Amino acid sequence: MSMLKIDNLHVRAGDKQVLTGLSLEVAAGEVHAIMGPNGSGKSTLVQVLAGREGYEVTAGSVSYDGRNLLALPPEERAREGVFLAFQYPVEIPGVNNVYLLKAGLNAMRKHRGLPELDAYEFLILVREKMKLMHMDESFLNRGVNEGFSGGEKKRNEILQMAVLEPKLALLDETDSGLDIDALRVVASGVNSLRRADRAIVMVTHYQRLLDYIEPDRVHVLSGGRILKSGDKSLALELEKRGYDWVRQEAAVA
Amino acid sequence: MSSNPRDESLEALVGQKYRHGFVTDIEADTVPPGLNEDVIRLISHKKGEPQFMLDWRLKAYRHWLTMREPHWAHLRIAPIDYQAISYYSAPKAPENAPKSLDEVDPKLLETYDKLGIPLHERAKLAGVAVDAVFDSVSVATTFKERLAKAGVIFCSFSEAVQKHPALVEKYLGTVVPYTDNYFATLNSAVFTDGSFVFVPKGVRCPMELSTYFRINAAKTGQFERTLIIAEEGAYVSYLEGCTAPMRDENQLHAAVVELIALENAQIKYSTVQNWYPGDENGKGGIYNFVTKRGECRGANSRISWTQVETGSAITWKYPSCILSGDNSVGEFYSVAVANNYQQADTGTKMIHIGRNTRSTIVSKGISAGHGQNSYRGLVKVLPSAINARNYTQCDSLLMGDKCGAHTFPYMEVRTPTASVEHEATTSKIGDDQLFYCLSRGISAEDAVNMIVNGFCKVVFKELPMEFAVEAQNLLAVSLEGSVG
Repeated sequence: MSMLKIDNLHVRAGDKQVLTGLSLEVAAGEVHAIMGPNGSGKSTLVQVLAGREGYEVTAGSVSYDGRNLLALPPEERAREGVFLAFQYPVEIPGVNNVYLLKAGLNAMRKHRGLPELDAYEFLILVREKMKLMHMDESFLNRGVNEGFSGGEKKRNEILQMAVLEPKLALLDETDSGLDIDALRVVASGVNSLRRADRAIVMVTHYQRLLDYIEPDRVHVLSGGRILKSGDKSLALELEKRGYDWVRQEAAVA
Repeated sequence: MSSNPRDESLEALVGQKYRHGFVTDIEADTVPPGLNEDVIRLISHKKGEPQFMLDWRLKAYRHWLTMREPHWAHLRIAPIDYQAISYYSAPKAPENAPKSLDEVDPKLLETYDKLGIPLHERAKLAGVAVDAVFDSVSVATTFKERLAKAGVIFCSFSEAVQKHPALVEKYLGTVVPYTDNYFATLNSAVFTDGSFVFVPKGVRCPMELSTYFRINAAKTGQFERTLIIAEEGAYVSYLEGCTAPMRDENQLHAAVVELIALENAQIKYSTVQNWYPGDENGKGGIYNFVTKRGECRGANSRISWTQVETGSAITWKYPSCILSGDNSVGEFYSVAVANNYQQADTGTKMIHIGRNTRSTIVSKGISAGHGQNSYRGLVKVLPSAINARNYTQCDSLLMGDKCGAHTFPYMEVRTPTASVEHEATTSKIGDDQLFYCLSRGISAEDAVNMIVNGFCKVVFKELPMEFAVEAQNLLAVSLEGSVG
């Protein structure tokens, strides 16, 4: 059974119909890549799944582990295992990076009936995960994304994913703004988090990321719908030929 | 966006009742409402004051009669009937003030308990000397002996007038003259009590000094007078914290605080103010019109004001520094909150007179509900203040779309060698920041607390430890979920 089942999703942002009947199924253990031109609705999709305000679902449904995902407030979705790695992680001045992460983890543990971690236990955990992301100690004491470089912000997102251990991870252009070394670090972090009981949905512009994180399925999103799906070879074809041929194909069909 | 279900639950949270709202049932020895020279003579007589004190009060009163209530602040103030105020109220206790906590009216102690200030415990555990002002007269002072050993005088203002009249006469009104402003002048005429601190030459005060003020008797304006003197090379840290019981009528509070730092002395003055702000419709609440000023009189002296203002219906307050001594330093760190219908017009004045004087101003204003928050600050550099430096940062945080933030910075620089920097930002608690926290599983309430506390962090850092914790809790209660 699919962990995530999106059926005929229509979403409006203001006056604009952004998603126009999007359907997608993702099973546990799978990695899906969603590609598509600018403005095709990629980011909208993951934002809607994470529960961001400002979007109106006008038709369709999203079920997650058999539940109606859209009925849950964003913090509940997070506690149920949905994680969004932001394209533009926001800065929260004065709020300690680790403090936020600890508050998040403990909110989730509480939700699952697990005891909360104290500062010491948490520090051990986060240090171990930081090694994974090649992050140094100074990260612990900085404000949330405050003064982080683009690469540091993205690494921080994956560190959060490593700590929060979601069931469904949504990665929104995690590769954008990364140089090749940072991309390798981020990708190897994500790869180490692939598990049989975890699904990952990556939104990206570029095939480059998929050289490092090999997807099980690749989807082309354009005009608010998925026009074509395939395996990783589809991404290579897109890299070579662009998106137009997919659109034309879809128009003919 | 405004019609989502979260807003409603947040509004419910914002509507939390003021937690310190209760009235202690104690028989008060209250002078009937009204103000004239006889009332002033009566106050002075009841307190057994020396002639100089009465003369000073009367001079102030006569001057006050020539003054007009100021209306330049960005505030809407309902008319105040000064003749409807009772200018003296003291808890009826045994004829002489209690000599130890055991002699204190148990009801008073109960009040402190409700406020979360277990006096015994606090005094013992925290090593804090508490000079508790209940209405207008000090009822309990602890740790006097230890302080006395160090040569530090920490007592009620009335006691200081009795026991140390020469010191009072020498310093009173030298920073805030009785002619200073309408409310300070009124205070000079009618003040009933407050605190007095004297730290002699070369002494580092062995503990934080703390005073808890509390307004209690109905219709009684409270007029505190505080005077702190740090002689050459002395150091003192003074904490002031306030709460008040819930009432419908507005209560006027017009305090005066004077600080004097002589050569190489340092005074740190911290305030957490949580007076009743009025209800969610703007009914009731304290009028907090305070004149606080310190003078760095000696070279290399330093005065720091740190304030966390979450209470009062109206706050009108500008803790200031006169930097007379060469190389002296003035600092002002402030967090001011205006929620519901609260209004705050607060800031500071830094007057640079000496050479190489430096000042730092960090102001964080938070507006929520229909609150109106104004920063008003003056940086004045006189020609004598060669190489003076000022850094000002004032940031405003808006929660919701019905509140306001205003900034009124004034600068008057009369020497080309000075350097004055001003930075200001206004931001809304971002939907982005909030969503980021939510998407990490954190509740909206916790997220707002986190973001606001982060915003205020640089100020909280300046507070003594136990106060910093109290301040964070206060902020949480004052603002829980005010994002709309």
